[in-house]
Amino acid sequence: MNEDHLQHTIEHKPTYGIYILVWLVLLMLTGVTVAVAGINFGNITVATALTIAIVKSYLVLTFFMHLKAETATFKLFVGVALLFLLISIALLFSDYSFL
Amino acid sequence: MSVVAEHISEHVHRDDLGSRMGIWLFLFTELVLFGGMFLVYAVYRFTYQQEFHVAAKELNTLIGTLNTLILLTSSLTMVLAIVAIRKDNKFLSIFFQVITIFLAFGFMVNKYFEWMAKIHHGIYPGSETLLAKGNGEILFFGLYYVMTGLHGLHVLIGMVLIGVMTRFTMKGTVNSDKYIHLEAAGLYWHLVDIIWIFLFPLFYLIT
Repeated sequence: MNEDHLQHTIEHKPTYGIYILVWLVLLMLTGVTVAVAGINFGNITVATALTIAIVKSYLVLTFFMHLKAETATFKLFVGVALLFLLISIALLFSDYSFL
Repeated sequence: MSVVAEHISEHVHRDDLGSRMGIWLFLFTELVLFGGMFLVYAVYRFTYQQEFHVAAKELNTLIGTLNTLILLTSSLTMVLAIVAIRKDNKFLSIFFQVITIFLAFGFMVNKYFEWMAKIHHGIYPGSETLLAKGNGEILFFGLYYVMTGLHGLHVLIGMVLIGVMTRFTMKGTVNSDKYIHLEAAGLYWHLVDIIWIFLFPLFYLIT
């Protein structure tokens, strides 16, 4: 059992505070995205909404999904999956030049 | 067989890191599933920009925002349930898990009223009202029903999963030393949250 105990600890000291803070930031970003949606920025309206969504996802992945505490190999593992999604998006956008 | 059984009782092999990787691998398949749909959405939104804007006005931004807040909060309670069990606070962990299930239920109730209102107005796949509209609007509502529907199905599955975890926590299968099951359910739940983070602005906020 001993060797297994070494690798199943996600982080050393679990605390409630950090997650509540992340949640507050997520709520704030939701407020921003709703408020901004009413304003017409023209072409960058979608970009703004997506940027906020990406920031929110980053926070969920890093803190709620504990990626922050995972090893570099693990992060690479997740990164490769995201990279492939990014490649599909890039290839699609090269086919449909969204201009 | 008995030799194997004895061996298992003597040494229970655990590989929590491997378990987490397994769950993430599953989440990658979910990413491809929804990612593909978002690509379809991107193409049609670009092709029918104006009609997507008109169609999106039909959606209730208030319910969408409320559901976003509910889902974000349920993600918080889910992660707090893991902190609680790691601090060996069984009662608090169960409490947070039950709250998570209630929030998920609230999300589905809102979704029910939202869909019902649409259906009441005659907007559902294949309806006469919808077919009378332009191609762009038909596509918008088609994507709306498929994507939020599949997401809703994930919420339902998540509720069942967390319910099983609550039972595990009560029985002690999930405890302060071994909480990988709860962690796995949590990872799934957060993915459902992330998908909604993208669905929300792309469907409700394009007016």
